[in-house]
Amino acid sequence: MSRPFRSKLRLARSLATVADPPVRRYGGLKDQDRIFTNVYCRHDHGLKGAQSRGDWHRTKDILLKGDSWIIQTIKDSGLRGRGGAGFPSGLKWSFMNKPNWQADKRPRYLVINADEGEPGTCKDREILRGDPHKLIEGCLVAGRAMNATAAYIYIRGEFYQEASHVQQAIDEAYAAGLIGKNACNSAYDFDVYLHRGAGAYICGEETALIESLEGKQGKPRLKPPFPADVGLFGCPTTVANVETVAVAPTICRRGGSWFASFGRDRNQGTKLYCISGHVNNPCVVEEEMSIPLKELLEKHCGGIRGGWDNLLGIIPGGSSVPVIPKDVCAEVLMDYDSLKDAQTGLGTGAVIVMDKSTDMIAAISRFAHFYKHESCGQCTPCREGTTWMMNMMDRMVEGRSHSREIDMLLELSKQIEGRTICALGDAAAWPIQGLMRHFRPLVEQRIADYRAANGAVAFGGQLVSEINHDLAVPDNLGARLPEVGAPRA
Amino acid sequence: MFSRLPKRLPAPILAARRPFSSTTTRNSDSLFVHRDTPYNNPKIAFEFDAENMKRAKEIMTHYPPQYKKAAVIPLLDLGQRQNKGWTSISVMNCVAKLLEMPPMRVYEVATFYTMFNREPIGQNFVQVCTTTPCMLRGSTEILNTCLEHAGGIKAGQTSKDGKFTVVEVECQGACSNAPMIVVGDDFYEDLTPATTKKVLEAFSKGQKPKPGPQSGRLTSENSASLTNLTGKVSPIYEKQVTR
Repeated sequence: MSRPFRSKLRLARSLATVADPPVRRYGGLKDQDRIFTNVYCRHDHGLKGAQSRGDWHRTKDILLKGDSWIIQTIKDSGLRGRGGAGFPSGLKWSFMNKPNWQADKRPRYLVINADEGEPGTCKDREILRGDPHKLIEGCLVAGRAMNATAAYIYIRGEFYQEASHVQQAIDEAYAAGLIGKNACNSAYDFDVYLHRGAGAYICGEETALIESLEGKQGKPRLKPPFPADVGLFGCPTTVANVETVAVAPTICRRGGSWFASFGRDRNQGTKLYCISGHVNNPCVVEEEMSIPLKELLEKHCGGIRGGWDNLLGIIPGGSSVPVIPKDVCAEVLMDYDSLKDAQTGLGTGAVIVMDKSTDMIAAISRFAHFYKHESCGQCTPCREGTTWMMNMMDRMVEGRSHSREIDMLLELSKQIEGRTICALGDAAAWPIQGLMRHFRPLVEQRIADYRAANGAVAFGGQLVSEINHDLAVPDNLGARLPEVGAPRA
Repeated sequence: MFSRLPKRLPAPILAARRPFSSTTTRNSDSLFVHRDTPYNNPKIAFEFDAENMKRAKEIMTHYPPQYKKAAVIPLLDLGQRQNKGWTSISVMNCVAKLLEMPPMRVYEVATFYTMFNREPIGQNFVQVCTTTPCMLRGSTEILNTCLEHAGGIKAGQTSKDGKFTVVEVECQGACSNAPMIVVGDDFYEDLTPATTKKVLEAFSKGQKPKPGPQSGRLTSENSASLTNLTGKVSPIYEKQVTR
């Protein structure tokens, strides 16, 4: 239908020839364009090794260029936050430099979010232990851009080896005069401190991290006021992911246009992807943005266990994003917009692959356990809702449920989503919504099987055969509802 | 107060009673209240030793003087390390005194974060990650292997000889190296039931096996062959735009 129409159009434009833009393929990043060159810890992670890989090269010149130059370079590079939300970094950093900010005598802080806890994500770990100097230099450059006085690196408590590598890097940088008073001889004073957390996923949230750093329970704050106005210790603060900050010096050295030359428009740059689950060789790899998901898996991970046809579904951005089934996996590109169009998200770039041996319901149910465990308990919808969802998901793994409860579960997830202070409520709801969006027949089948084996199930998982019918059983338990079988395939 | 009541009513009464709620009450992972016990009560003295006191003082300089309490998490961690791996009420009180903050604020923090053990633990604290990425790679078997090695205990318990405490934990951030366990501070990755046994047996003998992947790969590279960063990468200076 469309083809004859297009050929007619071609004929109509006989005078001016418009060439179709060449199709650009993404992926295939070359080693010389990789930013994290010690991601596998094969070389020295100390200062000498870092300098041989190009870190701390003429950092003074970058600092002397001034805040607006650095921010403009970051804006030109199209860098978006690598922690999951994907907010443009240049813009975020510029919020710190409001008109007349010099009149504000408060200290100003940059906080690095190294509380990497999202299931599936292990990219920051490789930066922290392999390339810690990139992060320290990034702190200095990003700190200069937002005129910060100090940086706190909030690293999760479980990362002991990583924390010691970062601490070593901080000590070396102080000793070499690269940070501290008159950092890199640029007449700019900048301190970097390491702060170890103590095992709470929620502390990866911006304001919860600030609370935790202040020595309180990690419970997110209401915004506004935004951290750029009132943040850590009541001072202007910006929280940024490790990867976002660690790429900044290289972008400043090689130019925003170099970084922007990778990936599709508005999704530029390179990105560390961490692939886990049922691939032959799980790994962490730096690749170009917008690389097709299939190519990423086949090129760097040796493909799916048992071949591409053995694929069941992929969670492309860590536990908080919905799962996508095989046919979608074959088409999507690994960037913010393509995955958003596929009703999922890039998140942290953590690809969790599940082959056909996976019990998909059990896998998502495990996430429900995770969110129940990690909910901070501040907002009621999340505190109670994560527990309810976990209980319902547990029953659905077995099939001990009424098929109408699928919609109840979805409605519950919609009641949690968007009704909490932070995004943990959303993150808990999305995997379940994704499961029901793409694998609902599987859930229905399991419920039908359980029903066939054990008889009807009332809402809440009670077997109808176990109900004492001498007592008044309310109708709203669903015990007397007619059987609803799975739709015929 | 209610905790002293028997958990379950006698069976005949339960059958006759009309169930108005079908969900069972679930206790949280660990108790959030403190009850004085012979091994954990405020009368047991705890003070930082000289070396840890020096460290604590150093940590406190990282924060503005009026926000000393920001050091509460690092200091509790320090106290836990000195107190054989668990945070007793005395450790919390000691930290509260040092940071001049109300003890309740310290208790709040110590109960919120999962890395503070408020009960004594065995010599080797084994944490098995069972979140989905590890689960997909067979962490259930790893957990069972660990429990079996510790003498058939349940997750969260300490073995009879006091050598192992095995707990289930959420994602530890080493998903490309799944499944993994943490013993003390070290990650043991790329495990199979056989290698898990080997690691734990070494700990039983009082040795410390080499942390990291147990499958022979170095870190998180492709285990078949490197797909990137194969050669020596020389830094690119000529494109430097800052002149």
